[in-house]
Amino acid sequence: MAFELTIDHLPDLSLGAALLGTGGGGDPHAGRLLAAQAIRTNGNITVLDLDDLADDDFVVPTAMIGAPSVLVERIPAGNEPVDALRALERLLGRTATATMPIESGGINSMIPLFVAGTVGLPVVDGDGMGRAFPELQMETFGIYGCPGSPLAIADERGYSGIVDTGQDNKKMEKYARALATSMGGVGYVAEYPMSGADVKRTAIPRTLSLALRLGRTLREAREQHRDPVEALSETLSETLYESSGVVFEGKVIDVLRKTDGGFTKGSAKLVSFDGGSTCQIDFQNEFLLARVDDRPAIVVPDLITVLHAETGEPITAERLRYGHRVRVFAIGTPEIMRTPEALDTFGPRAFGIDLDFVPFEQLAASKIGSSV
Amino acid sequence: MRIGIDVGGTNTDAVLLDGEVVLADVKTATSADVTTGIVNALEALRRQRPFDPAGVHAVMLGTTHFINAIVEADRLAPTAAIRLGLPTTAALPPLVEWPERLVRAIGGQAYLCHGGHEFDGRIISPLKRSELVRIAEELGEAGIRSIALSSVFSPVNAEMEQEAASILLDQLPDVHISLSHEVGRVGLLERENATIINACLRELAEQICTGLAQTLADAGFNAPLYLSQNDGTLMEVGYAREYPVATFASGPTNSMRGAAFLSGLGHCVVVDVGGTTSDVGILESGFPREATAEVSVGGVRTNFRMPDVLSIGIGGGSRVRTDGDLPTVGPDSVGYRLREQARVFGGPTLTATDIAVAAGMADIGDRARVRDLAPGMVRAAVETMTAQVASAVDQMRTSPEPLPVVLVGGGSILLTDDFPGATKVHRPDHYANANAIGAAIAQIGGEVDRIFGVEPGKRDSVLDQAKEEATARAVAAGAEPSSVEIVDVDEVPVAYLPGNATRIRVRAVGDLVLTSDR
Repeated sequence: MAFELTIDHLPDLSLGAALLGTGGGGDPHAGRLLAAQAIRTNGNITVLDLDDLADDDFVVPTAMIGAPSVLVERIPAGNEPVDALRALERLLGRTATATMPIESGGINSMIPLFVAGTVGLPVVDGDGMGRAFPELQMETFGIYGCPGSPLAIADERGYSGIVDTGQDNKKMEKYARALATSMGGVGYVAEYPMSGADVKRTAIPRTLSLALRLGRTLREAREQHRDPVEALSETLSETLYESSGVVFEGKVIDVLRKTDGGFTKGSAKLVSFDGGSTCQIDFQNEFLLARVDDRPAIVVPDLITVLHAETGEPITAERLRYGHRVRVFAIGTPEIMRTPEALDTFGPRAFGIDLDFVPFEQLAASKIGSSV
Repeated sequence: MRIGIDVGGTNTDAVLLDGEVVLADVKTATSADVTTGIVNALEALRRQRPFDPAGVHAVMLGTTHFINAIVEADRLAPTAAIRLGLPTTAALPPLVEWPERLVRAIGGQAYLCHGGHEFDGRIISPLKRSELVRIAEELGEAGIRSIALSSVFSPVNAEMEQEAASILLDQLPDVHISLSHEVGRVGLLERENATIINACLRELAEQICTGLAQTLADAGFNAPLYLSQNDGTLMEVGYAREYPVATFASGPTNSMRGAAFLSGLGHCVVVDVGGTTSDVGILESGFPREATAEVSVGGVRTNFRMPDVLSIGIGGGSRVRTDGDLPTVGPDSVGYRLREQARVFGGPTLTATDIAVAAGMADIGDRARVRDLAPGMVRAAVETMTAQVASAVDQMRTSPEPLPVVLVGGGSILLTDDFPGATKVHRPDHYANANAIGAAIAQIGGEVDRIFGVEPGKRDSVLDQAKEEATARAVAAGAEPSSVEIVDVDEVPVAYLPGNATRIRVRAVGDLVLTSDR
């Protein structure tokens, strides 16, 4: 069902998007301010369910690409994502009937709202990954047959570029990343132009409303002084993301972070409160691998989230700091993201991690088994 | 001996400590000019326990004065915010999220100028002298006295901020300029917000800090004066003059650390009831629980580390109204005018303090003046106050298990011991002066903030070196070596310099050596 998104939805939505951002995706805060500005100027935004789309609708997702650690300083000028959309429309000779997120985590849950609010388009309630991933080809759209290009990328100076790599979405990512890096580490894209029928076939449904719901769960848990993690697990169990659980609790003792090849890369080290156990989390924009006492505990594409130990607020890799007391919370990715072709695109080996994907529930079970 | 002073909205508290022993503690009224209240407090201390000012080694002051100025949008200097970064960042100009009231109070003018750096040290656009000169003319005409300057990626490269400051100072030699790279860390909007807050407090800080130093000198003290900071550590008064924003959350931190010291409890809820508000926070392992990313001060988001505190408008000076069926308490307060306004002091206003006296919970002023209050109303008012504080305690608990509650602050006499969700209610000795005690036992920090060359494979050893240096500085500043802990490490690669240069900031904190002979 379509619904009207108002300014009052934005705090919950950005909180939930930070959670699905799994440490990356860019801080949704700046995006939230942009979306709020657009709504204040042009009114509420219509969010369409996949079922509301006509087969011949023309949907163009919009997004930010680049290093989250650059975005927190180099916030946008405001014209970029709309410029990208217009550039792609000019190239294709068609006008978009809706925009949508490529990812429901982080700032990219908000960029399409900003675009929609600014130019008066509806936004589709769904995305291509149900979380955040660092690279543009990591999309169910592409996995199930829709190429990402032609893609338009724009900067704050009004300059734009077109990347057209045919069916090769990996190449598209490489070229677009190089352009984003030369634009100052962050660029804004319009990509994966799709028909309404394609969207219905390839998108993960209702992930914007999922972010909204998760954000609301966290806020209400805090208001009712319930354990936020318990509340999240309860909400998740009613969605495609059935399983979840805490794999580690402790204090951050080191964060290594660098801007490398257009990404924010690094790792965080944690030690348990009693000092007896350690956890290392590697990231490339998003958290990719959590190891507890040197054994894999959560592996991409399962969602690795780092929550403030008391309040349950998600902390991005960007904001993660020495001394933070946190819980590492695993969310099992939906089955459609665990298929062989999906794992081929965003499983651990796609990130150069020499491990097979094993669902976190099984990793947890095998650990218990071996310690008995 | 050391003296701890806490200047609150209503009361100025002072304690005299010898090591860990409280020799004297007093509570006096805060004055509109701050310093008179402090003079009175020091005199009251000497009356209670005569001492030689020359024997005092340090004076520590905690004040909520600066944060109150922001919250009340009062006493702020006309301030302009200038950001260097065009053509980027224009979508969210300076002051974008600020409450309208606060923007008006600082005559808030926001400017976007060319400048700023990319993450890799390239220039976004060159600084334009003419742009800044034109703005300076406008600011001069508008009577702006303080400027907050921010530049994209200034924690990586501060040159643009420094150059722009010198151009502006050429035109406006008398303005204060606050530079964002000296105030905050990576994260443009939050750093800029903190810088603007700092800028609009500079005049007030200068006035108060100068007044304080003079006051102490006149009273015969030659000990150094420290102000307590957000994180519970101390800074010298000269630093506070330039960075008042660093004192922001010291009030709750002091009262919570004072409560931990007095009660000996490490894990508990602390309720500090002052004249205007009750502040509720959680102690974990002896330290205030920290708020997460979104810390908003007077409606402005910053990225300071601050204790997670819930404030409600219940205090000794809260106005009590009896027009409806049930009496209401607060959220407005008579503030520092309690001793003129409250009924028990002969004033016309019914306050929470009058209720406490009428209920027989406190013996302050003239009890005869509240004899006419209906016992049912008095009981209902006491229950209302306790219920509101209990609900705040409830909101702060994140686990369902009850916690011990420590009540401190002069206003805690307003509350009964009947707390749902509390295992036990503690009212430690000297509870009324927990703030001042917290200031007096404030910790001392040592900081390293420098650019290091980090050769491949040497990161750990470079970090260790920075940590050791910060520790050594804390110890040199008077911290007990065994208590020093590293509390913050921040690393920003400075890509425009060769040799994998990295700006490393490390902060070490320890307890002040508490010996009587120091």
